[in-house]
Amino acid sequence: MQPIISIRGLEKTYASGHQALKGVDLDINRGEIFALLGPNGAGKTTLIGAICGLVTATAGTVTVDGHDNVRAYREARSRIGLVPQELNTDAFEPVGATVRFSRGLFGRSPDPALIEQLLRDLSLWDKRDAIIKELSGGMKRRVMIAKALSHEPEILFLDEPTAGVDVELRRDMWNMVRKLRERGVTIILTTHYIEEAEEMADRIGVIDGGKLMLVEEKHALMKKLGRKELTVQLAEPLAAIPPELADWKLELIADGRELRYVFDRHAERTGVPSLLARMRDLGINFSDLNTHQSSLEEIFVGLVHGKRAA
Amino acid sequence: MNSPHLAAPRFNWQGVWALYRFEMHRFRRTLWTGLAVPVITTSLYFIVFGSAIGSRMTEVSGIPYGSFIVPGLMMLSLFQESTFNGAFGIHMPRFTGTIYELLSAPMSAFETVLGYVGAAATKAMLVAAIILVTANLFVDVQVEHPVIMLAYLVLVACTFSLFGFVLGIWAKGFEQLQVIPLLIVTPLTFLGGAFYSLDMLPEPWRTVTLFNPIAYLINGFRWTFFGQADVSPLASLAVTAAFFAICLGTVWWIFRTGYRLKN
Repeated sequence: MQPIISIRGLEKTYASGHQALKGVDLDINRGEIFALLGPNGAGKTTLIGAICGLVTATAGTVTVDGHDNVRAYREARSRIGLVPQELNTDAFEPVGATVRFSRGLFGRSPDPALIEQLLRDLSLWDKRDAIIKELSGGMKRRVMIAKALSHEPEILFLDEPTAGVDVELRRDMWNMVRKLRERGVTIILTTHYIEEAEEMADRIGVIDGGKLMLVEEKHALMKKLGRKELTVQLAEPLAAIPPELADWKLELIADGRELRYVFDRHAERTGVPSLLARMRDLGINFSDLNTHQSSLEEIFVGLVHGKRAA
Repeated sequence: MNSPHLAAPRFNWQGVWALYRFEMHRFRRTLWTGLAVPVITTSLYFIVFGSAIGSRMTEVSGIPYGSFIVPGLMMLSLFQESTFNGAFGIHMPRFTGTIYELLSAPMSAFETVLGYVGAAATKAMLVAAIILVTANLFVDVQVEHPVIMLAYLVLVACTFSLFGFVLGIWAKGFEQLQVIPLLIVTPLTFLGGAFYSLDMLPEPWRTVTLFNPIAYLINGFRWTFFGQADVSPLASLAVTAAFFAICLGTVWWIFRTGYRLKN
């Protein structure tokens, strides 16, 4: 199937000389939830801006459903809804009016029933006549989502949607994202909360320093980079790691009462059985052992720091 | 959202209308001050210029002084209102950050400008109309060429709304938004014969004034009222059209380069 968004060689150098995007190639599949992870200043917002029309790319192309986002900007943009990171709202407009305005701006004829449903879904219906500046931050965030969805986009961009958002809104937001996905809407989100990407996303892209470090199906990513950790609780504390166990590069922790061994669970030889056999030979008894699979967060931190150090 | 996507319209009338209505709604929120200010200002001008000074001047170029200043008064407000509304309309979303929505919308530069400038010009012309009505309470004002007067009003309102639009994009803050109208437009208007005939000026000031483009605008408008002015109506039209073209060209350049709109 043709990707709904296709990005080729996208570069952005700001007037200050800062190169925010260094040749990004990325395909977003129709109907997927794609999470873009990266530290601050990695280029996430610039990438979204370049797709949505807020940032003029220095080089490269973006096509949205087959339409070039510069030459056929009307076709491209009318398919996209954007919820930016900052709480940028009008101050004195009523909620309902500002959402209707957004629909009009995207060239769609008025549809009161649709707007009502949208406001109800986002728990904004009671506030439809309220002035935006009187709303709480969480409510303003809901208004911004309503505006982005008012023209029935096929693609929704959520830039850091849950930054500074309370638990209830975060839960509502993820329910909404799931519902939208069921209706066939493609969702691209950036987040710092890796557990969210882990829970929600179908695919994950990691961006750092303006470059996509990797794009992977979530489970594949976790398998591929998933490192496991074996902790052995010793019956008797050790003062030092015996030289016979040097091959395993162990760590002695908890005042010598535990040994930690990090291994790749997909390697042909994990080294676990041989380690345990060797310990038995040396007469080191253990009372318990457990293994732990690294989370996406650990993978992410490891990836970004690893590349930086390199 | 599960419906197949409709083709984007060739011309986004809905978008233009949405912007226009949004801007007009902003004016409606301050409707009473918006109406009271021109009425009070006009009345004050008539009390000061019309009664206090006008009683000693009686006629300028064969026109009663009270009537003579009406076109100048309308132009003065038209310049101020068009510039301010055009500037504020586009500056506000830049200031609050809501410009992201406009930039991500399927709106062409022309449609965007049409929405903003259309609304700014509409409001400015409403204020000019209020001034004309208020002036009629004090003096008798005849308009010799009403159709041309209206057309000229539209042209000048659009020109200064465009000028305001450029200002609203150029300005880095609200102070800058005020500076150009206060330091350039209003002085040039006062010095451009809004309240006097250029023939009343001694040389070399009369010749100097002929380099003030605003003088041509005021006199062109005055011609539509009285069929006579200090400069030829064609010269006025040419200067107005040139200013319009310069503003339009600047706006075109802004959208082409994304100057202070996109980064």
